[in-house]
Amino acid sequence: MANAALKEEIFELDGMDPEKVKEEMLSAYPTKVARKRAKQIIVNKVEGEDVPIIQSNVRTVPGLIGQRGCCYAGCKGVVLGPTRDIVNITHGPIGCGFYSWLTRRNQTDATTTPDGHNFMTYCFSTDMQDEQIIFGGEKKLKQAIQEAYDNFHPKAIAVFATCPVGLIGDDVHSVCKEMKEKLGINIFGFSCEGYKGVSQSAGHHIANNQIFKHVIGNDDTVKDGDYKLNLLGEYNIGGDAFEIERIFKKCGITQVASFSGNSTIDAFANAHTADLNLIMCHRSINYVAEMMEKKYGLPWIKVNFIGAEATAKSLRKIAAYFDDPKLTEKVEAVIAEELPEVKKACAEVLPRTKGKRAMLFVGGSRAHHYQELFNELGMETLSAGYEFGHRDDYEGRKVLPGIKVDADSRNIEELKVEADPEKFKPRKSPEELEKLRSCGLEFAGYEGMMPEMKNGSLVIDDISQHETDTIVEAFKPDLFCAGIKEKYSIQKHGIPLKQLHSYDYGGPYAGFKGAVNFYKEIDRMVNSKIWGYLKAPWQTNPELAATYAWD
Amino acid sequence: MNNLAIKKEEYTATKNACKLCTPLGASLVFKGIRGAVPLLHGSQGCSTYIRRYLISHYKEPIDIACSNFAEETAIFGGGANLKIALENIRRQYDPELVGIATTCLSETIGDDVPMFIREYKDMCEGQELPPIVHISTPSYQGTHMQGFHGAVRALVEGVAEKREQDGRINLFPGMVSPADLRHLKEIMKDFGIPFTMLPDYSDTLDGPLWTEYQRIPPGGTPVEEIRAAGSALGSIEFGSVLAMEKESAGRSLFKKFAVPCHSMGLPIGVDETDRFFNTLSSVSGKPIPAKYQEERGRLLDSYVDGHKYVIEARAVVYGEEDLVASLVQFLKEIGVIPVLCASGGRSGHLQKIIAEMIPDDEQKNIRILENADFTDIESMAEELKADLIIGHSKGYTMSRRLNIPLIRIGFPVHDRVGGARIHHIGYRGTQELFDRIANTLIEARQNASSAGYTYM
Ligand code: SF4
Ligand code: SF4
Repeated sequence: MANAALKEEIFELDGMDPEKVKEEMLSAYPTKVARKRAKQIIVNKVEGEDVPIIQSNVRTVPGLIGQRGCCYAGCKGVVLGPTRDIVNITHGPIGCGFYSWLTRRNQTDATTTPDGHNFMTYCFSTDMQDEQIIFGGEKKLKQAIQEAYDNFHPKAIAVFATCPVGLIGDDVHSVCKEMKEKLGINIFGFSCEGYKGVSQSAGHHIANNQIFKHVIGNDDTVKDGDYKLNLLGEYNIGGDAFEIERIFKKCGITQVASFSGNSTIDAFANAHTADLNLIMCHRSINYVAEMMEKKYGLPWIKVNFIGAEATAKSLRKIAAYFDDPKLTEKVEAVIAEELPEVKKACAEVLPRTKGKRAMLFVGGSRAHHYQELFNELGMETLSAGYEFGHRDDYEGRKVLPGIKVDADSRNIEELKVEADPEKFKPRKSPEELEKLRSCGLEFAGYEGMMPEMKNGSLVIDDISQHETDTIVEAFKPDLFCAGIKEKYSIQKHGIPLKQLHSYDYGGPYAGFKGAVNFYKEIDRMVNSKIWGYLKAPWQTNPELAATYAWD
Repeated sequence: MNNLAIKKEEYTATKNACKLCTPLGASLVFKGIRGAVPLLHGSQGCSTYIRRYLISHYKEPIDIACSNFAEETAIFGGGANLKIALENIRRQYDPELVGIATTCLSETIGDDVPMFIREYKDMCEGQELPPIVHISTPSYQGTHMQGFHGAVRALVEGVAEKREQDGRINLFPGMVSPADLRHLKEIMKDFGIPFTMLPDYSDTLDGPLWTEYQRIPPGGTPVEEIRAAGSALGSIEFGSVLAMEKESAGRSLFKKFAVPCHSMGLPIGVDETDRFFNTLSSVSGKPIPAKYQEERGRLLDSYVDGHKYVIEARAVVYGEEDLVASLVQFLKEIGVIPVLCASGGRSGHLQKIIAEMIPDDEQKNIRILENADFTDIESMAEELKADLIIGHSKGYTMSRRLNIPLIRIGFPVHDRVGGARIHHIGYRGTQELFDRIANTLIEARQNASSAGYTYM
């Protein structure tokens, strides 16, 4: 018996000992760095409720070339970027604003709002010069806000601070307040200097806080429609939100607000009138859901619209929550109508994708969500990790109480939120909630990525370029998923890389139609004939070499 | 002093900028040194953004390390972080050179990077260290071009030595494409002249697939050749705006080692390319290879044949100042009117340079914008009724809105493949540009015509 247990301890990953691969990755580092990284590179081993601890949301070691961006990128680029009718002004030197100008492929449909405002194609920057660094930039910022107002007459203007701003002591909040009073539109600022926190994640939190403080709850109008909900943490890359909206509509579900794919500020302001929050990307937006629950009383559930089965499951969760046979019936009808085509598309590619091996290193939720699609394709995930996830994203929210708050996280404001004396309204009675729970609907819960991964797979947080090269060399996976920065180095090895930030100009991949797109795309990628041309004939066949000899 | 108009409306904010930030230019240069790793001193956002931006144009692996400032680093200084970064880079990459560029953050707090480097070298006493070159690149003082030229200068100042003269020529090509760099190398080889070309990212940023793993992509100017730059016969430095600046790599080599420096515009068009070949020939004492005489002949032949399609077309040109100046020279040569010449740079020299190129009576048709952004460019392009836009891919939105075709050149080109392979210089590069311009105009007419011409 003891022997059998021992035997199970030795994991094999693709015929290799994952611990050995880990050792190899660490061998290039000085001892201190290796020790730190060892806690962020984990061989998965889930036993019942026990999930291994993975260190995450900690600083990247200087000189390790990683994937992460900065706080500003998370705030302006990720969370606020997809909202079309807020003019975003980057307060700082030109680069930060320029590099976040339309680089995320968020789509939006401005024809659905009467004013047709869409400022996403604009990149406003105060373009700080020497003078502002020395004497301060508040005056220039005020002028920039005034110009944005004169040019566009927008409903709202948001100001984002970059690194130098915090250091020279500009107070973006007081400038915004002053201009808000002067111009009579909503103007608010974000202290999202790039050096705050350890990654984009800090910026998400700051963005959540400010939207919550300055926008949500500003408009109490209760709009028409049944089954009202908000979708949080969906950014409409490649049109994902459009597909999800299509499905909602078909089911008769009313989406009040989206945070923040295809979104508008008016919808944010009205979001608290919905009855349920759905969370897609837990990492970037769980704060808003938590705060809305406390202040307004609408609960949240975790969903995932990546993967056809996952989409069906998420729809059923929504139906269970509203607990109305009419909705349940509709949802089942929609699933029954949509699934056959998806299944057919999957069956077509399955013989070619089955057994292929993938690795996913991306974001704070996609490395998890996309494993669903790979499962559907019969592909195995050898290794995965987040760029800016926290322990709860890996191990599940149950570890939250045990997470030590370090100096970097402490610097990010935690808003104190209380129930609103007038607007707080529990959507379900305690009994109803209990009943739903007992039927398996989990509120405010997220299992995390590791419990859903095989034992023995490698989970790597904040992977470095060197580690990436090492695992790719070791395993030669059939597909690697990451972003543009990794794309071409992986492809130099002859392994295709699927971008899961920007989708390589493709998409949507969410929902039912998205799944079909994804199947086809992955089939094309892992079965492309290109990879067969890697070696020239005279390199693989010595006989031929003779005939090609030049002498 | 002339008829050239400056910016028409002064805005405070920059809307849709037509320039990039300083350390990007420096990083690009360091990517053109063999075995080098660029290191940005600041927080990780800048290096990530810059990597992403360069990679989506070149479509090649580009590793740029960072000293990863945290909040307290921003307060107490980045010395410790820089040293850790250097140590880790050496362990992982065993580089032949480390190129450090600062960011706005480390500049704002006033980090003394040269001192940190000295301290690091002391720490590593007895160990063999690669050259560590540093350039200060605050983006609030310039654009990516200051970073580019500054890094080239920092490299020769930090590495070049006086040695026995070996007949070599230094070539400082400026921010041209990998295809351009490859062409320059071909020219130098055909001439049979030993040379130092700095930088040379023709292989590192446009390389083949690998059959085995490479820690750092192969290619680039060897450090040894930068050393030898101090003993060259002469330097050739492209960039007409650069030629008017106080400092440059070529001028620095002249001051320090008395290597004569020949400044000229980027060799686009017959005139500037002639000048380049003549200079090469006179400095080296070698004749111009017949191959290039033939290329020149073919180019002129195509000018004659294609002239009627391009003459008097009205073009909007934007990009780096050096590039814009040289394009104007070329457009003038083929009879295209550069009705708007714009750049996000603001050296203050562009206007003068263009004024000198263009005779007085033609100047009234031309507008020049320095420190321009795309809002300025677009409103003026509309007013000037341009037929053609020539510049990088950030002009696409404007081209779409105004329904004026865009010819993509320079950097960045993010919405097409092959940005690295766009060829701009020499007779052959000019030929490619000329054909693209003529064909774009023909296509526009073809599309607009009700006759549906299929034969010319
Ligand atoms: S802070 Fe400066 S160096 Fe960094 S991205 Fe912004 S402009 Fe560029
Ligand atoms: S300067 Fe700061 S805010 Fe700007 S890109 Fe760099 S890290 Fe981000």
